[in-house]
Amino acid sequence: MPHIALTEGLPGIRGPMVFSPETTKPLCDLVQVLLTGPHTLTPAEREMIATYVSSENDCYYCQQCHGSTAAQHLGGKPSDYEFIAEMKQDFESTSLSAKMKALLNVAGKVQKGGKHVTSADVERARREGATDKEIHDTVLIAAAFCMEIVPSIVESSGSRVAARYATSTCGVNFCDSDGFSLF
Amino acid sequence: MAHIQLPEGLPGIIGPLAFSPGTAKPLLELAETLLRGPNTLTSAEREMIAAHVSYRNECNFCQLSHSAAAAAHLKGNYDLVEQIKVNPETAAVSDKLKALLAIAGKVQQGGKLVTSEDIARARQHGATDKEIHDAVLIAAAFCMYNRYVDGLATWQPHEPEAYRDMGEQLAREGYVRNRFQEGEKAAQA
Repeated sequence: MPHIALTEGLPGIRGPMVFSPETTKPLCDLVQVLLTGPHTLTPAEREMIATYVSSENDCYYCQQCHGSTAAQHLGGKPSDYEFIAEMKQDFESTSLSAKMKALLNVAGKVQKGGKHVTSADVERARREGATDKEIHDTVLIAAAFCMEIVPSIVESSGSRVAARYATSTCGVNFCDSDGFSLF
Repeated sequence: MAHIQLPEGLPGIIGPLAFSPGTAKPLLELAETLLRGPNTLTSAEREMIAAHVSYRNECNFCQLSHSAAAAAHLKGNYDLVEQIKVNPETAAVSDKLKALLAIAGKVQQGGKLVTSEDIARARQHGATDKEIHDAVLIAAAFCMYNRYVDGLATWQPHEPEAYRDMGEQLAREGYVRNRFQEGEKAAQA
């Protein structure tokens, strides 16, 4: 049961989004710009940052949803889904680029709290070729996924059921051209 | 020194907002809607939730600027804002606001920590679903803004007067006025 009366049958964040359209617009605009706008980081890379932070936050719905989206961007093969699972567990030992690993390290620090990001973390990213914009966007994607709206509003038991349903569909939906404005 | 090259002389979040106009727009619209949009909670109450969460996240810039905004809405009552930040349960505010601040505090620690009992308490003191939703989303949004400000190690003024002026301006003019264009102009100057 969600903590407040939400429209039934809408998984995860979609319930609160329908409940509060006036806040949904800027939230969707933000995610749209961060994850799907023109960028030197691919959509798959940005979805991985969102997925990793959601996994660190133990938010089942968000990590499944954005994990599937990332996997779909990579091609949608079973091995792509496996890769995302490995990335969540231990990104340092995956075949990701050194730059992506450094950015995921920054994102993980942001999840713990902004002050955890050190100059050494940022220098590592820069040494591996990350630009200021890429570092900025990594910090903001990580920060945005620390809002944890789903577990705060939709009780975890309810969202787990919803997330199983969502996993099978939302990755595909987000890869359709309209992205997050689908809400 | 900020972690990335931000326009100089812009305090706290204003630097990254000027650096990234595409994300600044929705970030400011969200703040405006949450803190100043039509609501049964006053702007003072909503700014106090923002200040409390920022205080708990130890984000100096956000807690001081939103404390100042709350105080400006409260005719300069900084004492009350201080009480709210440190220990809302003993502050001279309504039971409803105390219950909403307790929920906000749970959100700050992690979304899953909000319990049915926390919600029941707020409802018992008259909070509506919308007020509960908005308290959660204000708290959640400040877990983002706080990380954005500190994750980039932004420059922040030390003098309290700087925040007093900022708070008065936020209370008077809000978040989507020309605030960020001002930043852009300063960046270009």
